Amino acid sequence: MDSGAGVQAAADLVAGLPPAPAAWCTGLRKQYRKHLAVEDVSLQVGRGEIVGLLGPNGAGKTTVIKMLLGLVRPDAGEAMLLGQRSADPAARARVGYLPELFRYQPWLTAAEVLALHARLSGAGVPAAEQRECLALVGLSGRGDDRVGGFSKGMQQRLGLAVALVGRPEFVVLDEPTSALDPLGRADVRDIVLDLRSRGVAVLLNSHLIGEVERVCDRVVVLDRGRVAASGTLAELLGQREVRLHLTDLSPAAQQRLAALGRVDREGEWSTVALADDDGTAVPDLVRDLVSLGVRVHAVEPVRISLEERLLGILRDGAASRAAGPS
Amino acid sequence: MSTARTVLTIAALTLREASRRRVLFALVALTVGLLALSSWGFSRLAAESLTSGEARLTASILLNLVMFGYSLVAALGTAFLAGPTLSGETESGIALSMLARPIRRSAFLLGKWLGLVAFGSGFVVLAGLAQVLVVRVTVDYWPPAPATALALLAAQTVVLLTLTVLLATVISPMASGVVAVGLFCTTWVAGVVGAIGEALGNDAVGRVGSVSRVLLPTDGLWRGAMNAFQDPSAILQFGGADEGAGAFPFLSTAPLTATYLGWAVLWVVMVWALAAMSFVRRDL
Repeated sequence: MDSGAGVQAAADLVAGLPPAPAAWCTGLRKQYRKHLAVEDVSLQVGRGEIVGLLGPNGAGKTTVIKMLLGLVRPDAGEAMLLGQRSADPAARARVGYLPELFRYQPWLTAAEVLALHARLSGAGVPAAEQRECLALVGLSGRGDDRVGGFSKGMQQRLGLAVALVGRPEFVVLDEPTSALDPLGRADVRDIVLDLRSRGVAVLLNSHLIGEVERVCDRVVVLDRGRVAASGTLAELLGQREVRLHLTDLSPAAQQRLAALGRVDREGEWSTVALADDDGTAVPDLVRDLVSLGVRVHAVEPVRISLEERLLGILRDGAASRAAGPS
Repeated sequence: MSTARTVLTIAALTLREASRRRVLFALVALTVGLLALSSWGFSRLAAESLTSGEARLTASILLNLVMFGYSLVAALGTAFLAGPTLSGETESGIALSMLARPIRRSAFLLGKWLGLVAFGSGFVVLAGLAQVLVVRVTVDYWPPAPATALALLAAQTVVLLTLTVLLATVISPMASGVVAVGLFCTTWVAGVVGAIGEALGNDAVGRVGSVSRVLLPTDGLWRGAMNAFQDPSAILQFGGADEGAGAFPFLSTAPLTATYLGWAVLWVVMVWALAAMSFVRRDL
């Protein structure tokens, strides 16, 4: 094979490779003085995928986002955006970002803010497209108004337009609905779903779990700076629970329940998480409970919501931390 | 986006901020007030029956005094503009979405600096020129080197705002303005104290001025500007450089040396580089 054909073959091979993920990071770590904000966080957002970032306050979600975008320098680990190292400004050419702390020049008009960002993005977005962007977030007709006179909600809508104006292939939305009314939240949901339909990847950090559950393909749960769980919604919610109404519950019976998985007690009702269920766990449990003298009044399967699953993950994390040092 | 385009975009944005935030309006109002007051003063002076030598001496001293007023206004204006526009934007979150664009932080900082330089030096040069023209019309005095003098006044503003930019990358907006203006005034006082020391032949006190002029070149450049504004005979009329004229705060005994100018340029480059290093490494 001559060298020209070899180069062509190599080019074909590279062209045939799937595109690099929209965002990828591994082993991210960040410490602020004595506080370890993020420890060994690895995650990936595929092209056209919507990934939700969940976790309690102070879990390190915003720090992870800022490290991905090159706004915060990680102490360790690597981050890539659209196939380029995120420390390189060029990696952000097709990235849109709505920060949690959104604020725009109060002395500019909304149209001027958008024009500024269109210019800085280098995408060469014509004025008509910028106006469409404003209309998309519900700010048509307000383009000539100064941002200083905008309400919080309107500023957040403008932030969304800013994130979308540079024809992004990857959009990071950090609490995009924190200042919006229910109608605004529905608008954001529609925009995110529209982005997915156009193949734009989205990383969505939101406290509104219902919102995440409705739009996200995958979820990453952060707790105390670490990834506590991650997976598709089906993977995360696949775990079943069973709710039992029991009386005459002896300590031995309680042990039998706990052997199956995490148990939440509420009066005479016990909810048991079925960690590894091959279909025999519930009949075996009922048989054993009856043999231990427990009176079984009701057995109900439970569908876990993402919220319950998230709380379960966080509680498990807290329990294992409490048990850890001993 | 190319670095040059980023720098120009941010510089233009900074100038637009200065005009939209009414800083320009405030400065123009102050300047018009100062010009009107000084033209009244100079015209009263022209009414006095002074010899031509006395008139030139008085005009020199007064011109230097009024110019000091302008340099102080420029110092305050740029110092309190540089703080909010840089660290204020970082604190409030305005910088977050901008720096998440494909632009280098150093280019962003250079754009801010360039906008402030254009604003600050533009102000002192235009206000200073207007003042020189007022003096020409009222007392018929024309400084020996007005272009050099105005350029040195602009350079003094550049030095101070570069310091403010460095401070704004590490401390809060208000603190950076206060510290910069504080240092500016301290260096001026140290310069006057040093000149008195030199006039009294006290080397130790005299060195205070020399050292402060090296640490922060605002006072050195100001003295160069005064020398270019004042009539060359003024020093002789005050008894000569060795007889106490140097101790007078609004006369300067010697023009700037090329070495000192070189140091001032190097100082600006070094302080800007420090500011860029601090800003590039900063977590937002």
